[in-house]
Amino acid sequence: MADIQVEDKSRGGKKKPKKGDARVDMTPMVDLMSLLITFFMLTAAFSKPKVMDIVLPEKLKKDEIVEPPKIAESRTLNIILGPDDVVYWYPGKADPDVTILQETDFSATGIRQVLLERNRALFRKIDQFEKDVISGKINIRQDSLRSAISQLKKDDDTGPIVLIKAYKTSKYKNFVDIIDEMSIVGIARYTFTDIDWIEEKLVVDAVNRATPVASAPVQ
Amino acid sequence: MPKIKLGTKSPRIDMTPMVDLFVLLLTFFILTATFRPQETAPVDTPFSVSEKPMMDANVMTVLIAKDNRVFFNVDNGPDTILKFRPKILAEMGKRYNIEFTEDELRLFERTGQAVGVPIQDMKQYLATKDTDDKIALETGVPIDSADNQLALWILFARQVNPAVLTMIKGDADVPFPVVREVLDILQDKNVNRFSLITSLRAVQVEEEITE
Repeated sequence: MADIQVEDKSRGGKKKPKKGDARVDMTPMVDLMSLLITFFMLTAAFSKPKVMDIVLPEKLKKDEIVEPPKIAESRTLNIILGPDDVVYWYPGKADPDVTILQETDFSATGIRQVLLERNRALFRKIDQFEKDVISGKINIRQDSLRSAISQLKKDDDTGPIVLIKAYKTSKYKNFVDIIDEMSIVGIARYTFTDIDWIEEKLVVDAVNRATPVASAPVQ
Repeated sequence: MPKIKLGTKSPRIDMTPMVDLFVLLLTFFILTATFRPQETAPVDTPFSVSEKPMMDANVMTVLIAKDNRVFFNVDNGPDTILKFRPKILAEMGKRYNIEFTEDELRLFERTGQAVGVPIQDMKQYLATKDTDDKIALETGVPIDSADNQLALWILFARQVNPAVLTMIKGDADVPFPVVREVLDILQDKNVNRFSLITSLRAVQVEEEITE
């Protein structure tokens, strides 16, 4: 226990206070403090929520007619977020008779591999760049690293142009996941567009193909 | 046989350093603790690899709860002197011909909670003290085209505070069409840049560079 030393002033001949240690029992205080500390530690929110920035293409006004940008069919990769965390993808342009949706998922061996395969050149370039920066081969300020990488992405002309579409029964989680994959794999060009009827039909076909046992057609 | 007599002095441990440390720790945790207003509806955000922390000020949040209810919040953060919240509510009231009293505006400012009631019920909501009654009133901000109150909230929030950034905090299991609707409303109001609030998850890309 903490002691309060009482100085012995014997000189002066004044009336002496009663000698003895003034001891305060600190146990209750310590108890209370440990409780409070535990409380504040447990309620302290150390992890701030994170944010993910997305930019959507500007919406056209009703009377505005703008020629849609022309993109190479060979570079186009369409990703459709399907029901039950399934991802469908197909390259190029949708043709109701020819196109068959490829089915995959959000695991590391799923859609990520598909994207990596198509984006290998750029992914390697970025990877090599980051390695060079770490090893000191390229001398660059830390704060301009990000802009340097986005410049690399901008200059890229081999990677895929990814069009993301969401089927009506997909979840918000899927949307976040797929945008996440874009940043993991370092896709330079991707955008989010509305799903059209051909693709909706393809998804219904694909779902029915996957579950032929189910008698009721999946909507 | 006589017992061995132990010393009569009871052993005392000096607790002063411990108490000192406790006081320090306690002060630290009290000062760093940030009391957030209670979330109106529980939202389990999806995970992402983004490491960008959320901004503190100049933020408006559109919350989409599990049951597809939409909430709207303006967190004016530390700069409460500017009193964005009551201003936005007053603007909303003007549009719907509802006169909010000074007390109601102050109450709205103080709670800091997300708006989850149609503006017509706002007066009643602010007057209600009981939490259960409050929750019963929270039917979500109407987003249908007949009475698109979310669009108006967004409009006034941006009018009152032009620097405001848009956040979307959706539950992981919300069907995408609901989110799409919210995005459409935002885009109609010329907001094309948003931040999605997520929780952090670590992901590694394993790709051998060898050919």
